[in-house]
Amino acid sequence: MKVGAIVTRIIRQMVRDKRSLALLLFAPLLILTLTWLVLDQESSDLKIATIDVPDSIITTLNDQQINVIDIDKPKSALKNSEIDAIIETAGNSLRITIDDSEPTNSQAIMMKIQQALVSKANVQQVEINHLYGLELSTTFDYVGPVLIGYFAFFFVFLVGGISFLREKSQGTMERLFATPIKSWEIVAGYIIGFGLFAIIQSFIVVLFAVYALGVPLEGSFWNVVLITLLLALAALTLGTLLSTFAKNEFQMMQFIPVVVVPQAFFSGLFNLENAPLWVEWIGNFMPMYYGAEALKEIMIKGNSIDAVVLEIAALIGFSLVFFVLNLGTLAGYRK
Amino acid sequence: MDSFITMNEVSQSFNGEDVLTSINLEINEGEIYGLLGPSGSGKTTLVKTIVGTLKPSSGTVYVQDVEMPSLKKLQDIGYMAQADALYSELTAKENLAFFAKLYGIPRHSISNRIDEVLSQVDLLESKNKLADKFSGGMKRRLSLAIALLHKPKILILDEPTVGIDPILRNKVWNHFYEMKQQGISIIITTHVMDEAEKCDQLALLRDGKIMASGSPSKLKKQTNTSSIEQSFLYYGGVQT
Repeated sequence: MKVGAIVTRIIRQMVRDKRSLALLLFAPLLILTLTWLVLDQESSDLKIATIDVPDSIITTLNDQQINVIDIDKPKSALKNSEIDAIIETAGNSLRITIDDSEPTNSQAIMMKIQQALVSKANVQQVEINHLYGLELSTTFDYVGPVLIGYFAFFFVFLVGGISFLREKSQGTMERLFATPIKSWEIVAGYIIGFGLFAIIQSFIVVLFAVYALGVPLEGSFWNVVLITLLLALAALTLGTLLSTFAKNEFQMMQFIPVVVVPQAFFSGLFNLENAPLWVEWIGNFMPMYYGAEALKEIMIKGNSIDAVVLEIAALIGFSLVFFVLNLGTLAGYRK
Repeated sequence: MDSFITMNEVSQSFNGEDVLTSINLEINEGEIYGLLGPSGSGKTTLVKTIVGTLKPSSGTVYVQDVEMPSLKKLQDIGYMAQADALYSELTAKENLAFFAKLYGIPRHSISNRIDEVLSQVDLLESKNKLADKFSGGMKRRLSLAIALLHKPKILILDEPTVGIDPILRNKVWNHFYEMKQQGISIIITTHVMDEAEKCDQLALLRDGKIMASGSPSKLKKQTNTSSIEQSFLYYGGVQT
């Protein structure tokens, strides 16, 4: 079968082209590890000064492994970022001043101080509920699931798009058009061929992220692989589609800042809750938005596949639309 | 009509620029038809239009009474493009095997057929070498082997002998004559004048128009010249 011929050829080419293969399979692991090294830090040595605070509270804070230090001029120390927060007594309540120039610090301090004070019954009643009862202690735990999807998307887009483009630049596409192969067979061959590598990639990336980097996985491993794979397919069909609009590899690279990077902004890495509605609305047109949403549902919230049916449908829909558009553009070339 | 390929008032223009103007052409079964012209004269566009990878802007192309472009008819056409369309990561054999499958050659005969065409172009000993490692001439020959693979009734060759040494070129031409004996029609583009002399019929192409056509001897007789090069100059002079 002609589709089979293309699939075999793509597998042969990829296996011979060790660098592209490595880019597809191991570059996501490298970047995930780097992000993990940078983001997976617990804010452990927080320094807090106290002014007129009862000893009992200081003891409680110390119990919570908060570093309460004695310092001469706490207020100026706070300004100089020598300490991270001041706790002082103001009338009947406690006033906490936090150096919020370090966003991760302030979150951590609020959490820790709250935890410390909750255990003290005589201080005002504070109630904290954790909806999912998770122990997400670092930024990486929150963004890990999104990054798994994003890097899979990025590298499949790049490798798939460029090899489809090379077909054009080395003249073989024209040569294919002079054989009795149908356009859909060419595109289908590409999707199956690279789809196989995308399956391997999804499997390796998810396995590595969960078991080596400790990204939380509350739901099913296989559901995560499924979502990552669907994202990769959307990236593949989008990459091959856009490559027909690029004349060379350099022009293909130009699609990265225009098409791939913006997807990161709508993937949940950045909080869009306060953004205008139309900004959120843009996300609806991006595969990454649905992929990231589904990954968070499964990995963080531990939901089953039923909870992400809409996202799965959207990802399949994107792939189908890109596939059909690609057939259209190929038919345009094959005059 | 025994005319195998017929082009009727074919014009081809891209973005308002005329590349071919009112081409009329009749090619008979079992002849070697040469398209002679300098680069930029429209030779490649002309053969692409016959193959059907380009649809004419106006006019019609028929190959054995089938209007081109036709996916089905491609099964009867062997095409060798000007650029060596090879997969550099694959060996000669793997390149051939890929195209063999696209042409639907039965699986069990693929291997034999590959050896056959490779020996025809003198590449049998490089069968398992990566196309990447091939010299320019070897790549041309491998492209030619791909065009021969499915035993087409029509061979369309765009500058097939560029970069091939005279001895091998002679061999390749002998092979063309052999195929002609078998009733295969061959269309060759060239800018080499002495190669044009070897064709049964010639069309002289310049600026997207056919200046003259006929057998090489007829063209020389008409212009009262002793070589195709001189006839070309003659027609070119008349034209301007």
